[in-house]
Amino acid sequence: MTEEELIPTSSSLLSFSLFPCCRPLSVSLSRSPSLSPPLFLSPPLSFPQIHIIDFDDENNIISKSVLLHQAGEIWHISASPADKAVLSTCYNKTSESRVVTCGAVWRMPPEWESGSHESPDDPHNSHNPQNLELLCHLDNSAHGNASSVLWEPMGDGTRVISLADNHALLWDLTESSTQATISSSATLEGKGQLKFTSGKWGPHHNCTQLATANDTAIRGWDLRTMSQIYCIENAHGQLVRDLDFNPNKQYYLASCGDDCKVKFWDVRNINEPVKSLEEHSHWVWSVRYNHSHDQLVLTGSSDSRVILSNMVSISSEPFGHLVDDDDLSDGEDNHQYDKSKEPLQDSIISTYEEHEDSVYAVEWSSADPWLFASLSYDGRLVINRVPRALKYHILL
Amino acid sequence: MDGDICATATTPPDSDPARKRRVHGMLKLYYGLNEEGKTVDQAESMNPCDINGTHFDPEVYLNKLRRECSLGELMDQESCMVKQIRSLDSDMQTLVYENYNKFISATDTIRKMKNDFKKMEDEMDCLSTNMAAITEFSAHISGTLQDQHAQITKLSGVHTLLRKLQFLFELPARLNKCLELQAYSQAVSSHRRARCVLQQYSHMPSFRGIQDDCHAIMDKLAQELRQKFRDGGSSAKDLSECVELLLQLDEPAEELCDKFLIHAQSRLEANLRGLEAELRPPLSSGPTSVIDPSIGPARRLSAAPTAGSPTDPTSLGNPFLSSSSRTDILEFIDRGCNEFVSSLCLVIASYQELFVNRPQEGNLASKNIPHMAIGKLHAFVDAMATCYFSLVERRIQEEKSVGDNSLLVRALDRFHRRLQAVAKLLPGSAVPSQGTEIVVRAARERIQQYLAALQSFYLDSLRDVRQALAAPRLGGSSAGGGSHLAGPATGKDAPASLPELLSSLSASILNQIKSVMASVQLFTAKDITFSNKPYFKGEFCSQGVRESLVVNFIKFVCQSSRQFCESVGDRGGSTPPALLLLLSRLCLDYETSTITYILTLTDEQFLVQHRSPVTAVAALCGEAREAAQKLLNHYVKVQGLIISQMLRKSVETRDWVNTIEPRNVRAVMKRVVEDTTSIDVQVSLLYEEGTRKAHSSDSSKRTFSVYSGSRQQTRYAPSYTPSAAMDTNFLSNIHKLFSERIDIFSPVEFNKVSVVTGIIKISLKTFLECVRLRTFGRYGLQQIQVDCNYLQMYLWRFVSDENLVHFLLDEIVGSTAHRCLDPAPMEQSVIEVICERG
Repeated sequence: MTEEELIPTSSSLLSFSLFPCCRPLSVSLSRSPSLSPPLFLSPPLSFPQIHIIDFDDENNIISKSVLLHQAGEIWHISASPADKAVLSTCYNKTSESRVVTCGAVWRMPPEWESGSHESPDDPHNSHNPQNLELLCHLDNSAHGNASSVLWEPMGDGTRVISLADNHALLWDLTESSTQATISSSATLEGKGQLKFTSGKWGPHHNCTQLATANDTAIRGWDLRTMSQIYCIENAHGQLVRDLDFNPNKQYYLASCGDDCKVKFWDVRNINEPVKSLEEHSHWVWSVRYNHSHDQLVLTGSSDSRVILSNMVSISSEPFGHLVDDDDLSDGEDNHQYDKSKEPLQDSIISTYEEHEDSVYAVEWSSADPWLFASLSYDGRLVINRVPRALKYHILL
Repeated sequence: MDGDICATATTPPDSDPARKRRVHGMLKLYYGLNEEGKTVDQAESMNPCDINGTHFDPEVYLNKLRRECSLGELMDQESCMVKQIRSLDSDMQTLVYENYNKFISATDTIRKMKNDFKKMEDEMDCLSTNMAAITEFSAHISGTLQDQHAQITKLSGVHTLLRKLQFLFELPARLNKCLELQAYSQAVSSHRRARCVLQQYSHMPSFRGIQDDCHAIMDKLAQELRQKFRDGGSSAKDLSECVELLLQLDEPAEELCDKFLIHAQSRLEANLRGLEAELRPPLSSGPTSVIDPSIGPARRLSAAPTAGSPTDPTSLGNPFLSSSSRTDILEFIDRGCNEFVSSLCLVIASYQELFVNRPQEGNLASKNIPHMAIGKLHAFVDAMATCYFSLVERRIQEEKSVGDNSLLVRALDRFHRRLQAVAKLLPGSAVPSQGTEIVVRAARERIQQYLAALQSFYLDSLRDVRQALAAPRLGGSSAGGGSHLAGPATGKDAPASLPELLSSLSASILNQIKSVMASVQLFTAKDITFSNKPYFKGEFCSQGVRESLVVNFIKFVCQSSRQFCESVGDRGGSTPPALLLLLSRLCLDYETSTITYILTLTDEQFLVQHRSPVTAVAALCGEAREAAQKLLNHYVKVQGLIISQMLRKSVETRDWVNTIEPRNVRAVMKRVVEDTTSIDVQVSLLYEEGTRKAHSSDSSKRTFSVYSGSRQQTRYAPSYTPSAAMDTNFLSNIHKLFSERIDIFSPVEFNKVSVVTGIIKISLKTFLECVRLRTFGRYGLQQIQVDCNYLQMYLWRFVSDENLVHFLLDEIVGSTAHRCLDPAPMEQSVIEVICERG
């Protein structure tokens, strides 16, 4: 018996099911030396576990290993940018009929690292899954429920931010991440019960910026002073679900929310979104910029769809690659010029409808910029590739 | 024969003349004087028995008588014959006597004449001798008088010359006197008579002196004339006289033209200043004109909602009438026409009479004055007209309010008509065409103003509708209230008037469009002079009225409706949902009928000839339909949002792990059902029912089979056996395979069921997503079960396909079970009891 059921579909590269009610949790792609990016998946409520999916691009083979996460149901995962064996989670801890969400940093057992991956043909491994090794708790009992833990992008894996209710806490991890101390914190103040729903550590400006979402507002924070820089009130008509920084173009930010919209912001002008998309028919749970070609934007929604959009007009390379122009001979120059004169329009590249239930997470591969995965509530993970035609159009 | 004779015999004593004539006739016959009947003669003459014929043969006659007649008859015949012979004899005797007497008297007369002529001959001789004597005398006398006659002739010549000289010598004095008496024309004519002579004899000192004197005086005169000319107080007639005199004085015509025109200009400018003074709002009336616009809308505001009936054009006209405390445009144009245009015409006429149409005399002809003068006149008229036009245009532009268009049209008509006079007087002038352009511009602007007025009217109406919608709701549930208490269904009062509001809104808009069209139509009325200009026949109708007025307005309606969807979406329901619904219905009505009706009406009223491409009806309808669709979608979203906010809050704020055992349906669920019911009522007021799939016989009662107890246990055993995972996975997929994908915010159709279905879908999906974010205890799950069962009982009737509700509710309960720490579902019978209890 296999745990994965391969359901080849016409358009998707691969899709397979894991567990039902595979909550959110993230599909986090760590940087891997190999072509194949590992994916971290989530577990259901009853037996929290982390699935590590290894996708061999060349052979279209998926291998999976399972790690137990005994502490509780995982709501958020993110991998350390420095050490691929280290990851952080936010999890529900049920105690005395109370549900508390905590944050922790974990290390994966060394067996996994050594490469003894479980293959789909070898289901027996799942009978004795490994446990995660706890490195430290991000003890936030004083600050409330953690909604997410963010690693410093491109950092050395010593700084994380956890968002807990209305606090943003900056932690320093010391002694190989076994010790966590709060170095500074910021508090969201205002009337009513304010709670951070999600956040993103900006990769620009020396990683000194944090963007958070609470209810319908998006806020920007300066981590040096831990003070608010900007606040986009009513960024969305309803709750803001997710944020992502444009990796190549500073000040640009994408957000999505319950009003079915995806909005693109220039945080220097917060009155109006630069662009607004309304393609989904239900809440948009996740938005991700492609790491290399930021015109490619991926969104996942609870209408069970994943939409790949080509936002050329607001990307960092609105006219496509012009690098090659110098190499071209004069005769071809005109031709090239003509081509670059008609830039691609902003458009929906494709809509992926393989999922049968709400899609809660989408993620680009960090190793292969043309690969992405999406995960839905029913536990189906779908790995797709950017259409070849578009890929060549962008590259050439 | 005998008849004839008998007749004479029997009627002898008859009238004398008759007898005489007969006698004469017979005599004539006798003497062959009868010319009238040779044939008669011949016919008669052949009868020898005819006693009157020429061939009478007494023998034959007698024989005949003797043969034919009796004795008595013969006796009678004989006596008759005798009687006739006797009368003939007496007649003959009378004639002879008469003629004899005449002959005798003629002979006497001739003798007497002979004597008289002899005497006369003597007298004639005498006369001829006398005449000869007279001739002789006369020759004698004329010979003696010859000398003296020559002398007298010479003397009379000298006399005339002297008289002329005297005139010359007296000329200066005479001119002076004329000057004193201001009899300029006399002076000029005198001087003209003398001028040539003086010129000719100017080499003689004395004449030269006179000439100089005259020149001096005439200069003075000219000076005075010029002065008079310049003063300008005098009438046009005086002026023209002045000019004529000056021209005769050899003043340079060009200068005169200029001066004349300058003078005319000053007068015309005075007129223009008068007009301008009217233009500039007087300080005293300044404040009122500031206040008025604010009064206008306020009045309209207060009037319209109370009426609720189509606002007729008079109420729209009111603000306009009140604001025009100054002279209205008709008066202004009238004044302009009467003062400026008529004086301009007068100037043109007198100018032409003076400078252009003058008979060309002598040296003036060579200078080609008319050509030069016409040129100057054109330049002048153009300049003046430009000033006038700019004033008129300013005035027209002040005509902002769109109340009574007839006034403007009449004013423009008069303006245009009066300019035709200029055209007649001065053919080839650009003035009339410029005037027409102004009219065209005014018409264009008018259309723009009407469009703006229509738009503001539409927005006002919308505001009224909005207030009408808001008013009864004030005490009730505000949008997204989130109070979980079951209040009375407040929505019911407001929607009762929805169809009325809709019909009154669309009727008032239609009326407004019609009244505007009627106003605009004035521009093309037959009695308006400019209506037959090509612009007003073609472009005005098609581009102006149809495109920029009617089509633009319809587009505006669609656009502004669409804006309600866009602007409001982010800021959360500042538009009352009922308004969205109403507008959507309005747009749909436009699509189905109103647009076609309006455009047909326009085409009919304006006989639009589609020479230039115009917006097709289908395109507009498409736009309206799109707007309707968008509004309805937005309505569904807004209403869905309101309900889903309630659900979301209710799920998020509760501690589902530590909740108590369910005893009741949560109030928020009742509220959801109530709101859905009131939405259903609201939508049914404006939209048709729509189709739905057949209900099953027990739609309200249905157990949620997904979480039947036994399977739950295997599924959520705290070990994760592959078979369990496989099982759930498999089941889940099978389940999904048989249920269709649900588009949550899918476009709705234009019927009630579709709308309410959309709202319910959104609400339940939200419920589902919220449940998945929470962790439940045993009783939490049971509460959700109860709630879902309650929803199931009431919501199925609203939707097009009840399976949809089932599926979503199944999904909710299923997800809750997944999220449950201790999934122990409640018995269906208990659930039903709780739900029926309420």
